[in-house]
Amino acid sequence: MNKGRTRRLHPLAVRIMHWINAFAMLVMIMSGWGIYDDYVIIHGLHFSSSLRLGSWAAPSLLWHFAGMWLLALNGLAYLVYGLVTGRLRERMLPIHAADVVQTVRDTLHFKIKHDDLTVYNAVQKLLYIVVILAGISQVVTGLLIWKPVQFSSGVALLGGFQAVRIDHFIGMCVIVGFLIVHVALSLLVPQTLWAMLSGGPRLQPRGESP
Amino acid sequence: MKSPFRPAKPPDPAILDNHRGRIQLLERRGFMRGGLSLGAIALLTGCDVTSDPSIDKGLRLMSAWNDRVQAALFDPNHLAPTYPASMILKPPKFNAYYDITQVKPVDVSGWKLELAGSIADKRPWTLERLMTLPTSEMVIKHICVEGWDYIGGWSGPTLRSFLERVGADLHARYVAFKTADDYPSSIDMATALHPQTLLATRYAGETLADPFGFPVRLRMSTKLGYKNPKWITAIEVTNQYPGGYWENLGEGWFAGI
Repeated sequence: MNKGRTRRLHPLAVRIMHWINAFAMLVMIMSGWGIYDDYVIIHGLHFSSSLRLGSWAAPSLLWHFAGMWLLALNGLAYLVYGLVTGRLRERMLPIHAADVVQTVRDTLHFKIKHDDLTVYNAVQKLLYIVVILAGISQVVTGLLIWKPVQFSSGVALLGGFQAVRIDHFIGMCVIVGFLIVHVALSLLVPQTLWAMLSGGPRLQPRGESP
Repeated sequence: MKSPFRPAKPPDPAILDNHRGRIQLLERRGFMRGGLSLGAIALLTGCDVTSDPSIDKGLRLMSAWNDRVQAALFDPNHLAPTYPASMILKPPKFNAYYDITQVKPVDVSGWKLELAGSIADKRPWTLERLMTLPTSEMVIKHICVEGWDYIGGWSGPTLRSFLERVGADLHARYVAFKTADDYPSSIDMATALHPQTLLATRYAGETLADPFGFPVRLRMSTKLGYKNPKWITAIEVTNQYPGGYWENLGEGWFAGI
């Protein structure tokens, strides 16, 4: 891979998949809020109509069941790409608990360093791993809510239809929580946002130390 | 927005007149807020998603594709989980496009089950005759598209046994229903022939009560609640897509679970 060529921090394929995912996630979250409102999970929690995709539940469902293909296929492509090229391992591993604690401590003391975009700190790594797992979990729980009879053993394994609905809701909360932090940090450190558009700094070929 | 599955009686128009000023204020505020988030989406998609007919067409095409995927995922031999009779909710949950107080009970003396389409023997059925068919029982979960569910116990002849008895073309694509409450509905033949698809006449061991579809309604373990018409008056076997009440308003047609 990439023999004789310098790599970018975010190769073109990753950038394309990132922005497709961003669009698909927004579609899924906002249409999901349109579906949620008919039978709420948290009493008193409703999503304003200006935040919902679809004028009522039926169009929201149409959006959700169209967006799911984009989200799942793009997500699958990203995981296959990340595993085959080694990007996932390179970006997110190793991760040590002590580093996570240290990064949190530094952040609380306002010692936020981000001058080298090519190295993810431990909290960043942890957040990316959590959000990838949440995304996979959303696809699985979404499939179970869509087909609770065809996949009845999966639903039983997770504690029943309503339990899976709640899991799907929690997965959304995790992703929205990530999204808020992710977007806020990318605006605080705009080079990261620019890197996801232009490719970012050039990297040494894999296997050579810088 | 209020759920369209639970519409209430329209309010007294005088209330609207008394509050017109405040409503206009709210609308203006909502419009500005809506404009902001719509602007955000429009940046991503390059168009206004709420009014563009090509988006609407695209969504319906995707829904038609999803209907095909759902038909492929449907396993005609897979039975939905069943539950002990002690878990049956009594009475069942009422749900329709109108309130329970609006239910018009069916007068069984004038009731007939009409048959149409690809059926060899189209003579209408009386309730007495329907009651002579062997019955099946099932205690299954009812899942609404809104997200709620309850466990109900239903009995009656399987739709399969009825269709076989009247000589229906079991290779036709659709089975369509007409009802006394003007709630047309239709399902695919594979689901019609599933062993947990009943022409239900009894609930929890008793004759079906008026609000829940007396004398006969459809109950399927493999589809969402809105696919189960109550107070059935006619059954048609056809290859022409028949649509349905909610489907014509934008809900998905297959609605398999």
